[in-house]
Amino acid sequence: MTTIISVPSSLDDQSFEHIFDQLAALPPDEKILVDARRTRWSSPYGLTALLAVAQTRLERPALAVPEHEDTASYWARASFFRHAATVYEISGKVPRTRSSGESSVLLEVTPVSQTADIHTVVENIQQRAQFILQERLHLESSVTMRFTMALSEVCQNVIEHAGTGGWVAVQAYRWQQQTGRSVVVIAVCDAGMGFRKSMESSQGPRLTDRWDDGMALEETVMKGATRFRDPGRGQGLAGVRRFIGKWHGKFSVRSGTARIAVVPVWDDDVPLKEDLPSFPGAQVQLTIPEKFPDK
Amino acid sequence: MISHIDVSTVLKRSVCDLYSNLVTRPTGAAVRIGIEHHLDEIGDRALAVLDFSHVGLLDFSCADEIVAKLLMQYVSVDNPRREVYFVFYGMNESHMDAIEAVLERHDLALVTQLADGASQLVGMVDGDQRQAWEMIGQLGSAWPSDVADATGMLPECAERTLEKLWRRRLVIRQESGYVPLRRSGSSRVNGGEGTSGAPGVIAS
Repeated sequence: MTTIISVPSSLDDQSFEHIFDQLAALPPDEKILVDARRTRWSSPYGLTALLAVAQTRLERPALAVPEHEDTASYWARASFFRHAATVYEISGKVPRTRSSGESSVLLEVTPVSQTADIHTVVENIQQRAQFILQERLHLESSVTMRFTMALSEVCQNVIEHAGTGGWVAVQAYRWQQQTGRSVVVIAVCDAGMGFRKSMESSQGPRLTDRWDDGMALEETVMKGATRFRDPGRGQGLAGVRRFIGKWHGKFSVRSGTARIAVVPVWDDDVPLKEDLPSFPGAQVQLTIPEKFPDK
Repeated sequence: MISHIDVSTVLKRSVCDLYSNLVTRPTGAAVRIGIEHHLDEIGDRALAVLDFSHVGLLDFSCADEIVAKLLMQYVSVDNPRREVYFVFYGMNESHMDAIEAVLERHDLALVTQLADGASQLVGMVDGDQRQAWEMIGQLGSAWPSDVADATGMLPECAERTLEKLWRRRLVIRQESGYVPLRRSGSSRVNGGEGTSGAPGVIAS
């Protein structure tokens, strides 16, 4: 028997919770069909998290391609199908990728499983990031390097803590729903160990009533705790937080049953959500908004 | 002896000749080991100019592996195995973001030199140390009594402070007194070969 997982028409970090919800009740060996036929749009979080979903299944899942031509074409240009073909049985028409010239895809869906992948990501993104960050988001030229540093650090998180590979994608788009501004979004998703298990791997479960995914996220993401004894560890995510704070961005990390976020004034999200449907690994998103001229 | 070490060249030799960015811990560790090999060849008393001019990106993890761990090994110990001084050259604004964060984390400090030759003391230093360091830079060469006279610091305080700065390898102690760290402009050698006896910088 195959269980159909229905993909929302607009797929982002919030709406992806519907997918996690549908998956939470299923045993890992149950065959699933991820039905994206009616999906019209996806953020980079949606694309990378769809790949992470396939990582969790013992039987190779199926994926039904979006029927809307523009959507499927965009997903193809973002290299989604190229990687989806390695983890899904694909059904439906996959458009041939064609060069689009100027693109809002800063970084196509890219696997992250070893150090060399991060060098590739960093080398590939800098020039395109500089153009988008300055021309579309009106940010200072100095932000490009810091943006790339943040990207590097969140990718390293996969390699050092997931115990498996993940995927990264970066995209710029106009975010009508929230701000009406242009934003650049980095998403890095894996279905590996997750923050709580990573911490427990060196120290065991904490002897406290409240040792759960939420507390593990608070300690690691907000306080810089790490499973390594090296006192230099834990600076990467702290640096990401500083970068996000300076540019009024949003930073969220979902792991297990919790999601923690650095929430800017323009967003109405909550800092910590718990009791979410369980999903392994870590799903990270950074959102950098367009800078409005000072009034 | 002065050794000019082009960090970008070390990266290309140690990790991959296509890379220009210092990202990830394994990359940082490989580059640090490459730098240490150069330092092993330059004698027991040396000034190493680490040139970041051709480095694109330096992330926090790499800054920790290269900068913090080098300093902790050669500077921030009671009995360092050699008397090695570091001048960090060619740092840009984003490099400094990463470096300042790791210096703060480990309570370290270092000397950078800008393209115009001006030196900066960066990281964790107290007010006396900064004042004494700046005075040594102005005087060029001085004893604790000179610093005390020039700053109004008590002589014992000036002596203690300069001793601390020397132990942190932020000033050089010579027979002629304490002198500032300076990069010699004419001794640039890619990949870490050295020149000896540059005037006014360090005498072995």
